[in-house]
Amino acid sequence: MNATAIENPDTHSGISNAKLGVWLFLASEVMLFATLFTTYIVLRLSATSWPWGWDALNVPLATLNTVILISSSVTIVMAYARAYDRDVRGFRLWMALTLALSFGFLIVKAFEYGHEFSMGIGPSTSVFYAVYFTMTGLHGIHIIGGIIVNSALLYMSFVKEDWENPLFLGRVEGAGLYWHFVDIVWIFLFPALYLL
Amino acid sequence: MSSEHGHDAHELSFLRKYVFSVDHKTIGLQYLITSFVFLLVGFGLMMLMRWQLAFPGRAIPLIGPMFSPDLAPNGVMSGEFYNALGAMHGTIMIFLGVVPLGVAAFGNYIVPLQIGAPDMAFPRLNMMSYWLYLPAGTLMLLSFFLPGGAAQSGWTSYPPLSVINPGQTVWLLAMVLLITSSLLGAINFLVTTINMRAPGLSLMRLPVFVWSEMVASVILLLAFPPLEAAAVLQLMDRVAHTSFYMPKDLVILGQRYTGSGGGQPLLWQHLFWFLAHPEVYVLVLPAMGIVSEIIANNTRKPLHGYKTIVYSMLGVGVMSFLVWAHHMFISGMTPALSNFFLVTTMIISVPSVAILTCLIFSLQGGSIRYNVPMLFALAFLPLFGIGGLTGLPLGLTVTDIYLHDTYYVIGHFHFVVVTGSIIALFAGVYHWFPKWFGRKMNDRLGVIHFWGSVVSMVGIFTPMLVMGLAGASRRLYDPTAQAHNLIVQPLNVVSTYFAAALGVFQLPFIWNFFHSMFRGEKTPENPWQATTLEWACPSPPPHGNFAKTPRVYRGPYEYSTPGRATDFWPQTDPS
Repeated sequence: MNATAIENPDTHSGISNAKLGVWLFLASEVMLFATLFTTYIVLRLSATSWPWGWDALNVPLATLNTVILISSSVTIVMAYARAYDRDVRGFRLWMALTLALSFGFLIVKAFEYGHEFSMGIGPSTSVFYAVYFTMTGLHGIHIIGGIIVNSALLYMSFVKEDWENPLFLGRVEGAGLYWHFVDIVWIFLFPALYLL
Repeated sequence: MSSEHGHDAHELSFLRKYVFSVDHKTIGLQYLITSFVFLLVGFGLMMLMRWQLAFPGRAIPLIGPMFSPDLAPNGVMSGEFYNALGAMHGTIMIFLGVVPLGVAAFGNYIVPLQIGAPDMAFPRLNMMSYWLYLPAGTLMLLSFFLPGGAAQSGWTSYPPLSVINPGQTVWLLAMVLLITSSLLGAINFLVTTINMRAPGLSLMRLPVFVWSEMVASVILLLAFPPLEAAAVLQLMDRVAHTSFYMPKDLVILGQRYTGSGGGQPLLWQHLFWFLAHPEVYVLVLPAMGIVSEIIANNTRKPLHGYKTIVYSMLGVGVMSFLVWAHHMFISGMTPALSNFFLVTTMIISVPSVAILTCLIFSLQGGSIRYNVPMLFALAFLPLFGIGGLTGLPLGLTVTDIYLHDTYYVIGHFHFVVVTGSIIALFAGVYHWFPKWFGRKMNDRLGVIHFWGSVVSMVGIFTPMLVMGLAGASRRLYDPTAQAHNLIVQPLNVVSTYFAAALGVFQLPFIWNFFHSMFRGEKTPENPWQATTLEWACPSPPPHGNFAKTPRVYRGPYEYSTPGRATDFWPQTDPS
């Protein structure tokens, strides 16, 4: 693959193909989650009763997860900054930390789900739980997608050829944009499901 | 850039060259052949339905006994089988046939060439799009043979029926795959067109076809995710027994629905049509783009109102997101909303009419070459016009209340998609065939294909308009079961005969396509004496397309410029 010819940064828009592609992808993702939030609003407005997040869900755990996810957004920016300065050890450290935090998020989430399932609560219990499990579940799949991408970048930093590829920084930036998006979705999900 | 391609030009294995290719031209042809196969399959399903509609209760001739007794006892089609055929005909024709053909096949092959690019922006992603589309389509077809059979709830899959009916789960899974494939493709087209245009090719010098692909891609990018989300919710309703679309206290065949209830069936209709109406413009815009290219080329004069066409396409793109609920006037939606969507629907017809008017005015004063692609392009104008105009009574609430869910609706959208989009896509095949294979399709067979197809298509769909006006409901398994339909039943027979004729008249096309691929008359690089960039490289173009990145000096349709020796002035000509 002749990557330099295909991903020539000397483009009409001045934005690299990869970065433009990620932005367009995020636009479609916004539409995906916007649809789910619309569903949430429509179903909630037409519901005869809607449980309060504090009663139905574990707010302290979700708060912990919010802190974890926001921290991971900081660490991935640090990883990008290290990659920008060509500091491979620093990049690995911050990227590994980002991954550790993402796994932490999933573990907390799994604990939350496990507790709910053990109480006999599932997606079919009520429309509220259907919305809760579907939205957090899809968000969780996006977290897993991010973990795959970030792990690949961490692995690539150990391959000399990849680390020295001029496109590497752009790849980290793309992964960072995506990760921030996943973070932002959670920042909407958390109050909508747990607090309001 | 060219030296990079020299390095790349080494022999690839058969698998890398023809099966898992990353070359936009190979992928384009893969899409072309596959989507034509799906069109043929969708047509076959429709022929079975047409038999039942014309001769209800009579055994299907020849192949009837081959179906399992569940589907067709004694060769007579069962109601469930009819419903499955209906749902799958719509799904296959739209999602697996016309959209991949218009957007992905022509877009892949032609767009990079018309903008002077060596390939798409993301070649591997492009390959992945195709290899998601093919399994999705295969899964869709396989669903006929799985326990529970194919989906039976119409291509629109309205709940609660779709949540209860068998077969729907596979449909939803296939749709999620297909939507992912479309999204990747849309991102690829947009990045390619925004970033990889040849030097000098400003946006207002882009061929109309490239514009149409851009607008279609934006629509796909923003309208498909809501359907993906909606499909996931329906999948949850079926698999995890949630109640997103299931109301409380629903009674099915005398039994109370066991789910929690509290959902909204109308929510699906909104989400579905939020995609599916823009989707209509995804079907139509590339067709308009193709027709524009062919009309400019064969009238030997610049398009009338290039900018009007471009801005109208953009207008159609934006407005297409604001008209969806005109499909739902009788669904029980608030009348105030109906009025809003009535107004937006009337507004969106303005840019559509503007495009068509520009194309008609483009004919004025031209010395028209009546070659095969031009015949198809000319037929597109009035026939698509009929499709559009028959839509107006459906966009007005008062007339829609009567016409909704009748055969009139089917007649209307088939005029749009078949005598509109598919006619234009045929035109595109004849027009760009020399570019794909360096050979020309046979003219005589082309003319036979043209007249046979156009007459048959009009013969199939005109009776539907009449039947609908007479009050015949759509989706009826046995149209003779209702006494008021008996008077128009002969029209069903007429329609079926024309459908059979349409099938027969595709044979010369299929033979012509494959025969001309190997034996057709050889053509030079630019057989139509066209101006756009795809004709400035060899036919078929080598890997990397252009030996040297082309430079663009002028707009796309500089035909018959006064004072020049030839009547066409290519975009790449520096003089």
